[in-house]
Amino acid sequence: MSLPAEQFDDATQQREAATLGMWSFIATEILFFGVLFAGYAFCRVEFPEAFKEGSRHTDLLLGTAETADLLISSCLIAVAVREVQLGGQRIATWLIGSTAALGLAFLVMHGFEYVSEYHEGLMPGIHYTQSGQGATAMQLFFCLYYFITGFHSLHVTVGVVILLVMARRTYRGDFDQDYHTPLEMSALYWHLVDLVWIFVFPLMYLIGRAG
Amino acid sequence: MMSLPQASSVASRVDTLFYAMLGLSAIVVIGVFTVIVWFATKYRHGSKADRTRADSKSPGLEMTWTLLPFGLFIVIFAWSIALFADMSRAPENATSVYVVAKQWMWTVQHEGGQRELNTLHVPLHQPTRLVMTSQDVIHSFYVPAFRVKQDVLPGRFTQLWFEPTQTGTFDLFCAEFCGTDHSRMIGSVVVMVPADYSHWLNEHVGPGLSERGADLFRHLGCSGCHDPHSGIHAPLLEGLYGRTVPLQDGTWVRVDDRYIHDSILLPAKEVAAGYEPIMPTYSGRIGEEDVLALIAYLKVIGGASHEQH
Amino acid sequence: MSSIDAGISGLPAEKPTTAPEGTYLTEQPGVLSWLTTHDHKRIAILYAVAITAFFFTGGLAAALIRLELVTPAGDLMTAESYNKAFTFHGVVMVWFFLIPSIPTTLGNFLLPLMIGARDVAFPRLNLMSWYLYITGGIFTIVCLLAGGVDTGWTFYTPFSTMFSNSHVILTVVGVFIVGFSSILTGLNFIVTIHTMRTRGMTWFRLPLFVWSMYGVSLVMMLATPVLAMTLALIALERLLGLGIFDPALGGDPLLFQHFFWFYSHPAVYIMILPAMGVVSELITASVRRRIFGYDFMVYSIMGIAVIGFLVWGHHMFVSGQSMYASIVFSILSFIVAVPSAVKVFNWTATLYKGDISFGAPMLYALGFVGLFMLGGLTGLFLAATALDVNLTDTYFVVAHFHYIMVGGAVMAYLGGIHFWWPKVTGRMYSEGWARFAAIIMFFGFNLTFFPQYLLGYEGMPRRYHEYPPQFQVLNVLSSAGSTILALSYLLPLGYLGWSLRYGPRASANPWRAQGLEWTVPSPPPVHNFDETPVVTDGPYAYEAP
Repeated sequence: MSLPAEQFDDATQQREAATLGMWSFIATEILFFGVLFAGYAFCRVEFPEAFKEGSRHTDLLLGTAETADLLISSCLIAVAVREVQLGGQRIATWLIGSTAALGLAFLVMHGFEYVSEYHEGLMPGIHYTQSGQGATAMQLFFCLYYFITGFHSLHVTVGVVILLVMARRTYRGDFDQDYHTPLEMSALYWHLVDLVWIFVFPLMYLIGRAG
Repeated sequence: MMSLPQASSVASRVDTLFYAMLGLSAIVVIGVFTVIVWFATKYRHGSKADRTRADSKSPGLEMTWTLLPFGLFIVIFAWSIALFADMSRAPENATSVYVVAKQWMWTVQHEGGQRELNTLHVPLHQPTRLVMTSQDVIHSFYVPAFRVKQDVLPGRFTQLWFEPTQTGTFDLFCAEFCGTDHSRMIGSVVVMVPADYSHWLNEHVGPGLSERGADLFRHLGCSGCHDPHSGIHAPLLEGLYGRTVPLQDGTWVRVDDRYIHDSILLPAKEVAAGYEPIMPTYSGRIGEEDVLALIAYLKVIGGASHEQH
Repeated sequence: MSSIDAGISGLPAEKPTTAPEGTYLTEQPGVLSWLTTHDHKRIAILYAVAITAFFFTGGLAAALIRLELVTPAGDLMTAESYNKAFTFHGVVMVWFFLIPSIPTTLGNFLLPLMIGARDVAFPRLNLMSWYLYITGGIFTIVCLLAGGVDTGWTFYTPFSTMFSNSHVILTVVGVFIVGFSSILTGLNFIVTIHTMRTRGMTWFRLPLFVWSMYGVSLVMMLATPVLAMTLALIALERLLGLGIFDPALGGDPLLFQHFFWFYSHPAVYIMILPAMGVVSELITASVRRRIFGYDFMVYSIMGIAVIGFLVWGHHMFVSGQSMYASIVFSILSFIVAVPSAVKVFNWTATLYKGDISFGAPMLYALGFVGLFMLGGLTGLFLAATALDVNLTDTYFVVAHFHYIMVGGAVMAYLGGIHFWWPKVTGRMYSEGWARFAAIIMFFGFNLTFFPQYLLGYEGMPRRYHEYPPQFQVLNVLSSAGSTILALSYLLPLGYLGWSLRYGPRASANPWRAQGLEWTVPSPPPVHNFDETPVVTDGPYAYEAP
């Protein structure tokens, strides 16, 4: 068990501080994405047809795969934390590593999406070849799409790095039943990343496709 | 002290509220200041005042000085809202004048076709309603002597009304930062007795707003599609103004100034049900003054009375 | 007059000591150790230096503005330069001076000390906050050198996104970055206050300064992300011609205003809450009494923090917003004034049966109470929609917010700097010079800004480079006042700087004040407390013998 950092009186205090810190951070993240979703809501009300049309141009297959990917990864990291709580180490290391791998896979899939969207001329400001009546408003959809998914992917990237570090630390035996706060906090962060995607997926990929 | 004239029907009411608040504030300031000076003197270090049994709390006192200000605030709020409601709602018989703000000038069009630049002539003791929009950025129409102000937005119509109670020439300022020459966007509002005002109107008459609109309707090619004999399937505009019509996405919209404005500049935004979105946009091809003229024309053929919304 | 004899406690100060061994200032010397420190006290000093530099650059812009406004004609600089000057003044003063000032300097230094902790919860994050602040600041300076930005600190669209020819994106990126500094500092403080209070330091035994840090941290954490995204949207709209805010593409400029003010109104409470916390400390120490109505003071701080999120629409009464929305925002704006009024009354009541000394900190505190009251009352004028129609976008508003931010927040900040100067530096400043500066600051301030209320009511709009001649007399008065004000800000730079080298050494508690920070040496050792303190009473327990 490692000593608490110098500013803390004991390990309990450190754990409380870390937990509150992570939840506070999550609250600020919700506000970040909240503004983006508010902007999205406003534009969707103003340009319903263009948004539906834009949504139909997203890659539903990849999007669904990415959703499944993140859901599974959240499950894996939760099990990993449980493992460590029960005293395990090897299996937990593999699980954490797999979560990171799934995160990486998510980024690769999303990269493919961006590349094909570029080729289809759906990148406003860079390569946008749509024409017709709704093209300008659809540009708005895609700007929001890249901003929100890009911002989200940034969070996924940070999460992958954090998870790899956590995997290494678990492998080296830094954590045990009594102390595994950094791992718990990393898992919490990963769940946030997953949760945001749960909102992004229907709003971006599914709106024009029902019925 | 205040050299600003009270030149509109609301000005004296605004000033009264202002002075009432000033009076109340003065009472509070003097009161608190007096108490502070009194305590600071009486209890200064080294004085022989009685300092025993100094309480550090008194819920009764706290509630008093919480609820008393709150009560006063409610009174002021109610008074202000009553006045604000009057300031926001133009009387039915107000004459409309159309203002287009642009960097860095005010253009004015009267219904009779009189056009002005950086000046606005209005009659005494009669309500005037300004229908305003901006060609570019946000501006704000501000006449201190009338105590009125309203931001002027691009892509939207905003309204301002007043009833002048003094003749004379009064400053018009732009009150929303709009770029380099924001501080030069100054004009005048000239208030004349009705006789002089009619005289002025007659002297400066031009093609009426709706006549100009009719001209534009032909020159810009609108009648090429919006005509029963055209081969293009486009909505007919006679009798349309003021009605509520269905849109392609299933919602309904009222055909008012805003809808017509947007239909000309952003035709793909709210397409009428049963029609293709093939109307070209006139954004960049005509200015806001011309849009106002077209709207005036459509009101005339729409068979509507001069309602504003 | 010896500064020691005229201490704010009125009691003879403890005898000066020699330099204490191993303080946070002397242990680990060298610039590199400062730039890589984890010590909250050193980080506070790092911030203080940077913030002072920004204050004076923002002040220089203000000086140019007041100089230009002496004459009605725009004869000192071009309209473009003037617009850039007031934009720079606003951006720097709001984001690089006022918002960080008290929390990152006094807050960073004192928070752990006041709650009996060794440091904040996340010291490395604290250092990162400082680097983020500096990075954001560099962007702003680069923008200035590259030609500046002319949109006003409020960046209204579509002017900022579609029409301005200046460096909007550079500025917006700088503010975006410094916003993260705010968020992380807020997060650090919240966690510190929740989890690191020493034994016996229950919530309702916290000094009011700590409560104000808590309130301000909540607002910083929850409001700043909204600003960050709004700025990002401006940048994207400008770069890519998006159309969220551009009516020509179907967007809505009012949406920008809602987003912007949703952050920027709570931002003004970020600026004032810490000042209120400082004033409570200054008054209790100078009056040697418990604060009157401690519980209500706490509720007021939290009330201001929460209700402050609900009033943003009062910046938009004439924007084209619906009349009904304006009515709602108006009543809420009246309500948010109530807790502030309660605080003013409580400070006044604290003087009753006190033992009052008038050192520089007390003069600043009393100056705050007076000027904040004037500024706050004029806020009520603006909350009344019918009056706001006439007064908004005029110099009345400029006067209102300067009374609160400069007459209020800056005076409180300076009062706090003086009060804790012995603790932070281990030196005493010259009381005579300090009082002199405080007094001329009060007069200079009023001469500068009171005429602006009159200008506003008479109809002079704000952000005017040139103006009609009827406004000249009041403008001249205001500019004259600003020279006195500028002098009063330069004086502390002089005598405080002088005291660093030549001032008498301070004892641990030269004011005989209550508070855990006064139980450690001046300056404190790196680890703050030799033994973890245990608290058995509420704050300001002055009646204890």
